[in-house]
Amino acid sequence: MPNNSKRFTRRKFMQSTALTAIASATGVVAAPSILRAQGGGVKIGFLQPVSGALAYSGQQGRLGASIAVDEINAAGGIRDVGKIEPVLGDAQSTPEGGNAEVEKMNSAGVSAIVGGYGSSICLATSQTAARYDLPYLVDVGVTDAIVTRGLKNTFRFGPGFGVITKTALANLVAINEAAGKPAKTVMIVHEDSAFGSGLAKLLNEQLPLQEFQVLETIPHPTPTRDFNNVVLKIKAADPDIVIPANYYNEYVLLARTMQQQQMRPKAAIYSVLGGAASSYKFVKEFQQAAQYIMDCNHWFDPRNAKAQALKSKVEAQGQFFTYEVYLNYSCTLLLADAIERAKSSDRGRIIEALSNSSFGGHVMPYGPTKFVNGQNQGAVPTNTQVIGSDIQVILPEAFASAKAVYPMPRA
Amino acid sequence: MQLSILFPAIVNGILNGALYALIALGLTLVYGVLHIINFAHGTLLTAALFAAFFLYRIFGLDPYISVLVLTPAFFLIGYALQRFVIGPVSRGDDSNILLVTLGLAVIIENGLLFAFRGDTRTIDVAYGFAVVPFAGMFISVPRLVGFAGAVVVTLLLWLLLGLSDTGKAIRAVAKEKLGAQLSGIDVPHIYALTFGLGAACVAVAACLLIPTYYVNPHVGNAFVLIAFTTVVLGGMGSIPGALIGGVFVGLIESLCGLYLGESLGQIGIFLMFILVLLLRPGGLLGARA
Repeated sequence: MPNNSKRFTRRKFMQSTALTAIASATGVVAAPSILRAQGGGVKIGFLQPVSGALAYSGQQGRLGASIAVDEINAAGGIRDVGKIEPVLGDAQSTPEGGNAEVEKMNSAGVSAIVGGYGSSICLATSQTAARYDLPYLVDVGVTDAIVTRGLKNTFRFGPGFGVITKTALANLVAINEAAGKPAKTVMIVHEDSAFGSGLAKLLNEQLPLQEFQVLETIPHPTPTRDFNNVVLKIKAADPDIVIPANYYNEYVLLARTMQQQQMRPKAAIYSVLGGAASSYKFVKEFQQAAQYIMDCNHWFDPRNAKAQALKSKVEAQGQFFTYEVYLNYSCTLLLADAIERAKSSDRGRIIEALSNSSFGGHVMPYGPTKFVNGQNQGAVPTNTQVIGSDIQVILPEAFASAKAVYPMPRA
Repeated sequence: MQLSILFPAIVNGILNGALYALIALGLTLVYGVLHIINFAHGTLLTAALFAAFFLYRIFGLDPYISVLVLTPAFFLIGYALQRFVIGPVSRGDDSNILLVTLGLAVIIENGLLFAFRGDTRTIDVAYGFAVVPFAGMFISVPRLVGFAGAVVVTLLLWLLLGLSDTGKAIRAVAKEKLGAQLSGIDVPHIYALTFGLGAACVAVAACLLIPTYYVNPHVGNAFVLIAFTTVVLGGMGSIPGALIGGVFVGLIESLCGLYLGESLGQIGIFLMFILVLLLRPGGLLGARA
């Protein structure tokens, strides 16, 4: 896809993100905003891997960002600054591709960048952006190194490995104890890039401390064509819990192979950032294979009216409401709020405004943002479980919609 | 490692390998006659997977029935690509052909991405999860069908090349293009016919693959390197060699995956690849074009 990073006219933007009249007609106004556009506008770079192995996630992320941009611009733009001019970039699912786009975006004069998606991409692109003091708001990338390198320009709205693993383990222990501790052994199946390997390392360190024995850790590349051998190993070891941590396609293949090989662990398939485990698409297409799978992952706040409105809007476009959508939507609103408070498109002032952000107008269950060394302190994952044809929140109890089915039926 | 999973892993490797062979058949055929590597092979597989997916989703056509529709359709597409695009644009220069097929790959892949987004699509047929219990293991029915399909297609191609006049013409062009031309063989037609046969093989592979796999605009890339390896291992241009090479690759991949881990499993394939090239440069069956 040549010339991926380019100034987008509104028309092109709508075409590329498959947004049609619905987005502009609904006119749902998100915070920040109202009033507006006295400035000359602000260019924001939206960097996603919209081609290559991560294309689906990238396109979903772009969809979320575009809805937010449309809503803000439909309401007149950012106060005192003007309308957002999105500059779209395709990271092509590689760090090198992402870096090239950051260079182009910098040349195009963007005031900030949102996105990255993959941990490896975020690590590289945020560093490149730092060379130009370019504010970089990470949408998904979970490797903690993204925010521990002392880069002043880099902010992460969502949770990182550390918090996710800690929450996932605490919730697993709580669920297991509530059921009388039926599970003692675990197998981890993870993809072998920065995301999966980092997560597996943390789990291997933490699980034994919680009295779980890790029988085996199985890394696999992305893409993997066949999971039969992996499932053979799982069957042979017969663990109480299988923990998959991989991207969507591999997750689905693994779950399908487990179903075909009639492999059900004794207690649970408990995913940590499972690529498909809390995906409406997966549940719709393979309900039986998805049944009772638990996941500790990014999840929107189901009590938030804006989140529900966004969900309806996305589904009305024939798309699935995935975490990439609501994380990018929230990040775009968060950045717009910072620009509004900075009253300028100046990069330094935006970084300062982000550092002091207490934005609460997003759709995640995080509360107002508070960045410490670039990490949003309130960001936490949520535990979900596929029950019937729907995905239910099982923890935290504050907004749980169902009780966990644990141990899962093996039949 | 328990020995109880060794046998299922071997069976699994053979079944996977047969599908690799089927994908590699088209590649080896095109190489054998045109003496070029078709870089568009993977994207043709992607296109065929999309076609099988939409035939199922829109018309409810079972992928195994779709073979009857997509095989001739992709034969015609392949024929037209060679006759009206690759042939005229390359002007007979091999390096041009490489670039043209590479260009086609980029165009097809990005065209599919533009048309269908990066979504991963799957179909859920009744037999998708069907298994045959055998010696304490569960053998996937769609994989068994894939294996049978690969054997049948290999046999048919082998018979076509060995017994029919068209096959003789193809072999003649592969061995001595100028001589064949002087004997009255329409070389551009034979080139296009061969490319069409290669595309038809890919269509069969797609129909046999989709019940247990997925399709997105990049899916062909996961198979193309394996297909190239299979072709070289089996012997460039050799039809039975592709089948043996495919099964061999599947077996090595499965066993290395089992003992070295899935991430390192691929190493085994390429170690074997290097060994074969060192000890038997012509491939396992030592094919001569």
